[in-house]
Amino acid sequence: MSTKTSARNQRRNAVNNVMLTLTAVCAFLTVSTLFLILSYLVYNGGKSVSLDFFTKLPLAPGQEGGGMANAILGSAVIILLASVIGLPIGFFAGIYLAEFSPKKLGFVIRYTADLLNGIPSIVIGIVAWTVIVKPLHQFSALAGGFALSLMLIPITARGTEQFLLEVPRTMREGALALGAPMWLTVASVIVPAARKGIMTSMILGVARISGETAPLLFTALGNNFWSTSLNQPTASLPVMIFTHATAPYEDWHRQAWAAGLVLLGLVLIANITARAIVSRGASLPK
Amino acid sequence: MATHAAIVRPTIKTKSRLGGDELAKAFTFLFAALIIALTLLVVWQLWLGSTPTREKFGFTFLTSQLWNPVTDEFGALPFIYGTVLTSLLALLISVPLGVGAAIYLSELALPKLSNSLTFLVELLAAVPSVIFGLLAIFTLVPLMRDYVQPGLKQAFGFSPLFTGPAFGVGYLTAGIILAVMTFPFIISVSREALMAVPREQREAALALGATKWESTWQIVVPFARLGIMGSVFLGLARALGETMAVTMVIGNDPKIHASLISPGYTIAAVVANEFTEASGQMHASALVELGLVLFALTMVINGLAQVMIVLTTGKGSAKA
Repeated sequence: MSTKTSARNQRRNAVNNVMLTLTAVCAFLTVSTLFLILSYLVYNGGKSVSLDFFTKLPLAPGQEGGGMANAILGSAVIILLASVIGLPIGFFAGIYLAEFSPKKLGFVIRYTADLLNGIPSIVIGIVAWTVIVKPLHQFSALAGGFALSLMLIPITARGTEQFLLEVPRTMREGALALGAPMWLTVASVIVPAARKGIMTSMILGVARISGETAPLLFTALGNNFWSTSLNQPTASLPVMIFTHATAPYEDWHRQAWAAGLVLLGLVLIANITARAIVSRGASLPK
Repeated sequence: MATHAAIVRPTIKTKSRLGGDELAKAFTFLFAALIIALTLLVVWQLWLGSTPTREKFGFTFLTSQLWNPVTDEFGALPFIYGTVLTSLLALLISVPLGVGAAIYLSELALPKLSNSLTFLVELLAAVPSVIFGLLAIFTLVPLMRDYVQPGLKQAFGFSPLFTGPAFGVGYLTAGIILAVMTFPFIISVSREALMAVPREQREAALALGATKWESTWQIVVPFARLGIMGSVFLGLARALGETMAVTMVIGNDPKIHASLISPGYTIAAVVANEFTEASGQMHASALVELGLVLFALTMVINGLAQVMIVLTTGKGSAKA
């Protein structure tokens, strides 16, 4: 009898050890993919990044050399456009959700924001095309900026809302008790108290849209030269990576690796900075 | 004191302050309402843009396998099939890995280790899709072509799932890259659901003599099952709508193949590849309608995910 139970217990302990080890293996396996990606990109991209990459225009296929200066500037312009449109809208919508919204309406808007956030980026691209490119008969940086702003608005709104709600009740009540009206409390106490978190969520949002490719494919399109107006097809780093990686030219692949390294570097730096700003232990918006 | 102040204070001032609040509320409401307006704009534009094919094909658009822009015949089935198949393959890999990792992070790892690993997982979620595609083209595709696919053919060649030439690209390759892209979501949401399980549940199980694994697998995981399911649905929604990485490795063949190693096509990939050169009104309309189908598919999955996550962790759109 006792040998039977101890045999059973031995099996239970063995299962325990095996399964717990397996979960650890899962965790380290998943995390290691990040290092795999990083090291491979640094290895291949590092060989290809040069000063030319940042200062020269792309060359015709077959020619060695050239760079992606126009795509770097183009990405900056498109992201700036998206931020100018998306960040204020998201910010004020977030304030409404956190401070002024009635319960039911707040739920509806919150749910819609999550819905908008969940729309596949390629679908956002289609809509930006039908709204801006089609009527104007012109691919443009403007259309690309509009598409990316559609993705930035819900992220900013939900992030702003979350960090406003994390401001302690007592600070709100203190300001109100001193006789300040609600709008003044929000503007001079609550928003300043939450500014780090709000900035974090804005940086994360901008970092997220800066890597987006699908919404730009048929809005900003691409360009092998400098774009001189917002109403022209405009090159961007993500689209360049796509077109160069899928083209059959050796030297273009080299350029794609360089662009990949630069893009991922920027995105990761933005992410790490954003998370460093926010104090430890604060949860980030999902 | 309060009543005294109320008497002394001129009423006009109170009124103007009330006005400020009303103004602030109305002002910020405009922006919040814009979110609803923009979402409606998306739906309306998709509906409007797909009118020609919706009227011509009706529901046969969803069931036809023919995709021929030259003769203006369009059917979405090969793309729906490819989208669903690649996403399911992705989940097959990422769910066990992701849930296992989440269990380790919430139940076993010390808080410091757990937090730093979670931070790394969240960084992985921030890697742009096109970067995954870039890596997949130059590393995963050759690996699949030279080793994995021939190996699978040799071992399981008798089944129709693993037949045909090994191109490297195809459903399985896309599924693998989608798995890597979805498990960050599964890990971080599942971990939160597991961490929301009350301590007493674990202690009660352990006090009854259960091993750590028994307490985790039979008590904690079932307790958090809705949240874990929610994370899986969230991952699924992401996989269904994923464009760039899949476009770069799917193989671009608008037919239905039983073989997992054969090239295929997904909704997002065909829109990405054909939209700029859509030859005519019908072709463009068919692609917009594919967008509408993808939109509907991800909205349903996302909606389900939200509900499940709210029910277990109390986070999501119901509560802020």
